[in-house]
Amino acid sequence: MFNRKFAIALMAGIAVAAGSAAEGKRKPASQDAPRAMPSSDPFPSTYHAYPGVPTLVTNVTIYDGEGGRIENGQVLFADGKVVAIGQTVDAPQGATVIDGTGKWVTPGVIDVHSHLGDYPSPAVQAHSDGNEVTSPVTPQVWAEHSVWPQDPGFSRALTNGGVTTLQILPGSANLFGGRSVTLKNVYARTMQGMKFPGAPYGLKMACGENPKRVYGGRSQAPGTRMGNIAVDRQTWAKAEEYRRKWDKYEKDGGEPPARDLGLDTLADVLRGKILVHNHCYRADEMANVIDMSKEFGYKVTAFHHAVEAYKIADLLKANGICAAMWADWWGFKMEAYDAVKENLPLVHNAGACAIVHSDDENGIQRLNQETAKALAAGRRMGIDIPDEVAWTWLAINAAKALGIDDRTGSLKPGKMADVVLWNGNPLSVYTRPEKVWIDGALMYDALDPKRRPVSDFELGQPGEGDVK
Amino acid sequence: MKAVLLAAAALIAVPFAPAMAETVAITNARLAIGDGSGPVDGGTVVMRDGRIAAAGRGVAVPAGARVIDAEGKWVTPGLVAGFSRLGIVEVDGVRQTNDASAGKSPFNAALDVAPAVNPRTSAITLNRAEGVTRAVVAPESDGSIFAGQGAVIDLGADMSPITKARAFQFVEFGEEGASQAGGSRPATYAAFRNALAEARDQAAGRRGDDALLTRPDAAALAPVVNGQVPLLAHVERGSDILQALELKKEFPALKLVLVGATEAWTVAAQVKAAGVPVIASALADLPASFESLAATQSNIGRLRNAGVTVGIGMINDNDARQARQVKQYAGNLVALGKIPGAAGLDWGAALATITSLPAEAIGMGGEIGSLRPGRRADVVIWDGDPLELSTAVLSVWIDGVEQPLRTRQDKLRDRYRTANDGALPKAYER
Repeated sequence: MFNRKFAIALMAGIAVAAGSAAEGKRKPASQDAPRAMPSSDPFPSTYHAYPGVPTLVTNVTIYDGEGGRIENGQVLFADGKVVAIGQTVDAPQGATVIDGTGKWVTPGVIDVHSHLGDYPSPAVQAHSDGNEVTSPVTPQVWAEHSVWPQDPGFSRALTNGGVTTLQILPGSANLFGGRSVTLKNVYARTMQGMKFPGAPYGLKMACGENPKRVYGGRSQAPGTRMGNIAVDRQTWAKAEEYRRKWDKYEKDGGEPPARDLGLDTLADVLRGKILVHNHCYRADEMANVIDMSKEFGYKVTAFHHAVEAYKIADLLKANGICAAMWADWWGFKMEAYDAVKENLPLVHNAGACAIVHSDDENGIQRLNQETAKALAAGRRMGIDIPDEVAWTWLAINAAKALGIDDRTGSLKPGKMADVVLWNGNPLSVYTRPEKVWIDGALMYDALDPKRRPVSDFELGQPGEGDVK
Repeated sequence: MKAVLLAAAALIAVPFAPAMAETVAITNARLAIGDGSGPVDGGTVVMRDGRIAAAGRGVAVPAGARVIDAEGKWVTPGLVAGFSRLGIVEVDGVRQTNDASAGKSPFNAALDVAPAVNPRTSAITLNRAEGVTRAVVAPESDGSIFAGQGAVIDLGADMSPITKARAFQFVEFGEEGASQAGGSRPATYAAFRNALAEARDQAAGRRGDDALLTRPDAAALAPVVNGQVPLLAHVERGSDILQALELKKEFPALKLVLVGATEAWTVAAQVKAAGVPVIASALADLPASFESLAATQSNIGRLRNAGVTVGIGMINDNDARQARQVKQYAGNLVALGKIPGAAGLDWGAALATITSLPAEAIGMGGEIGSLRPGRRADVVIWDGDPLELSTAVLSVWIDGVEQPLRTRQDKLRDRYRTANDGALPKAYER
C-alpha cells in the first residue's frame, strides 16, 4: 500500500505548478492609504453544522479526551455543543436519551495526518493529487485544491474509525510540500463545505529520504540530506526577506511588494500564523530541523511519522513539539528501520506531546486500535498509562497540533459536540463505533442504514450502501 | 533433568543450530486448537518429536515430559501467515535486501523464493515474537503474469526455514496481470493458456521451435498443469474470479487458490461450487481500484457462510513485515458480527482464518495450522485472548522447539528507556 502510493506520487510529474503574478493592484499608496494586503482566506469555509437534537447519553463510561474518565456517567449535548458531562447532568425536557450501558463515549477521533481526498479511492492515476513533484519547494500549493470531497475513504473513517476531524496534508516528495487543510468529516459538494471553520493552515515539510530520492534521482537538488537542509535554509532566508518587505509595506505603505504565493505561506509561518507539520523519521534529522527553526525564528508544531521520537523525547519536550506516530509501522524503508512499538508511550512518558496518526486510508479506520497496541506495549515495559490518558493521543493532543483545541478534541462544555458512542471498550478489538455525532448532528448510526453516507462515486456501483 | 538441560541448550544455541524437540506437555490451558472450535478451559497440549501428540481436555501427560502449567492462560497453534513475503525482504526500499521480484530476469515462473529466504530477517524474529510460526511466502511478479514458485516456511530461530519449497506457483490476474501481460485481460488469458500448453508440451517431450517460455519456466509450470503444485491466483473483481474458475474447467487438474478476492462475496456460490479455496484480504473495504468496487469487510464472513474455505492473507499489505497484524484483522471480523447487515465471524472461526484455514487452502492442513494430532508442533502461549490488541506472546514452540523471542526492537526500546545519555553514550548500553 505504501509503495503503491509512493509510486503513484512519483509518476505525478505532469501537473502544473500554481504560479501567479501579483494582480494589478499596485497603485501608489501614501502612508494613510489602505494597504492592498493579500486575502488571508480566499477559499472560505462554507461548512455548517447539520441539525441535531438535544441528546443525553446515560450510564456510559466517558473518556473526556483530556485524560479524564467518568464511570457510569452522563453526557449532554445540544445546539451543536457539549453542554455538560458528569456523573449526572441536568437535561432539558424532551432531550433524546440514549442508554449507554456497557458502552463508551469519547470525543471524535482526530487524525492529524491524512491524504483522503488528495489520494482518494479508487487510487487511479487520474486521482493522484497529493504530491506536486515538479519542484522540491512548493509552498504555493494548497492541499485543499486537490481534495475530492467524494472520496469513499471519508465514510470509512467516519463509520469504522469514529473520525470527526482530519488534517489533509500534501505528500512528502517535497521539502516544502504546501499548505494543509483541516476538514470536518462530513460529506459536502465542495471542499469548502467540509473545511473546518477558522482552523489555522499548516505547512507540510519533509526531511529525509523522500525529497533527496525524488529530486536527486533527477540530478537536481536536493540529492542528499545535507542538500535537504541547504535548500530549506536558502528558502527560509528568502521567506524572511519577503516577510520584511511585506511587514514594512503594511507599516509604511508605498508600493506593495510583488506577490509570491509560496513565500506568502512561508512568511505566515514566520509570523506564527501557519503551523509547521514536518514529516521526519530519524532522531538526528529532527534535531537538525529544530536548530534550523530556531535559526529562522519559526516553530515546528509536530513531527509526523516520528519513528525515532523515542530517542529524543527529552528534546521534543524541551522544545514543545508534538510527535505524531504510528503504533507499529516499521522497516518499509531505511529511515523506518529503528521503529519500536513503545514509541508513543515512551514519548508520552517523557512528558512530550504524543499523537497517534494514520497517513493511511485503512489505518485511519482504526486509530483507536493503534492506540491500544501502543498502550499495551508501554505497559509491558512498565509505563502504566491509564486508558483515558492514552485517549489524549487521538483527541486533545491532536487538536492542539491542529490549533483547534479551543473548539474540539475534548468533551468540555461549550466545545463542538464531536462525539462517538462506542459499542464497548474502544481500546478493544471487539469494539466499533455505534453512533458518531459531528457538531451535535448524528452523522453515523450503525443501527440505522439511513445514517450511513454513500459517496457519489459509490452510488450505483456494486456494493452501494453495503455495510463496509 | 534432561528436559531442563535441553531447554537451557535451546536458549544458548538457538541462533546457530536447531535445538532438539523435546516432549512437552502444556497443561491447564485455555486451549483453542485452531480448527474453528472455540476455546476450552483445562486443556492440555502434548508435543513429541516435533509433532502434536494430543491436544484437548482430559489428555494424559506422558511420563518424562517437561510439564508447563499454563495457569489458565491461552494456548493456540502458531499463526499461519496465509500470504506474505516474510523472509525475502529486510527493508523494502533497499533494493539489495529485497528479493521479492526480478523484473530484469529472463525467467519468471521458474523463480524459486526458497533459496532467498533468510531466517535472520528482522521480520522473521519480530513476527515469531508475536506468535506467527509459519508463512506462505510468495514472489512478486515483474514482467510476467507468473511471479514464480512460492514456499511455505517456518519462523524458527535456526538456519532451516523451509517447510516446503516450490509449494505453489503465484500468478497475477486482474488489473495487475493485465499490466504484466502487455496491457489487457485478454493478454493475460492468452499468456496463461499458452504457458500451460507449452508446459504440457515440454513435459511430453514436444517443445516447439516457437516456444515463448524459457525451458525452466515451462518446467516449473508442468506440475501446475497436472495439479501437483497449487496455483495461487491474485484476482479481485467478481468477473475475473469467474474467469479464473472457467480456466479450471479448461485445465481440470489445476489446484486453484484465489488470493485477494475482494469481490468474491458477490460470486460466493460459484466459488463454493468450484471447490476453490480463498486466501483473502480481511479488512479491505475501500474501492481502491475498479476491480474492488464491492469491497467490504464482510467478504470473508459471507464466503464462510457460503461454505467456502477462506483464510486471511496479507496481499500487498505490508506483506514483508506485518503478518503479526492478522490477529488484529481476525479480531475485527469478530467485532463486525455486532453490526446489523454485516457478516462477521465467531471467535473460533476467526482464529481458524489465521491458523488452519490458510494451511488448508494451500493443501497443507494435515501438516500445519492446528493442534490436531500429527501436525507440526507449533504452539503459542499468550497472556490473554490472542485476538485482543493488548495481548502478548509468552512462549512459542516451532516443530516442538521452544523459541527465543527477543527482538532488535526490544533492545532499542531498552536502550532508550530514558532518552538522555548516561555516564557513557547510548552505544555502550546493551
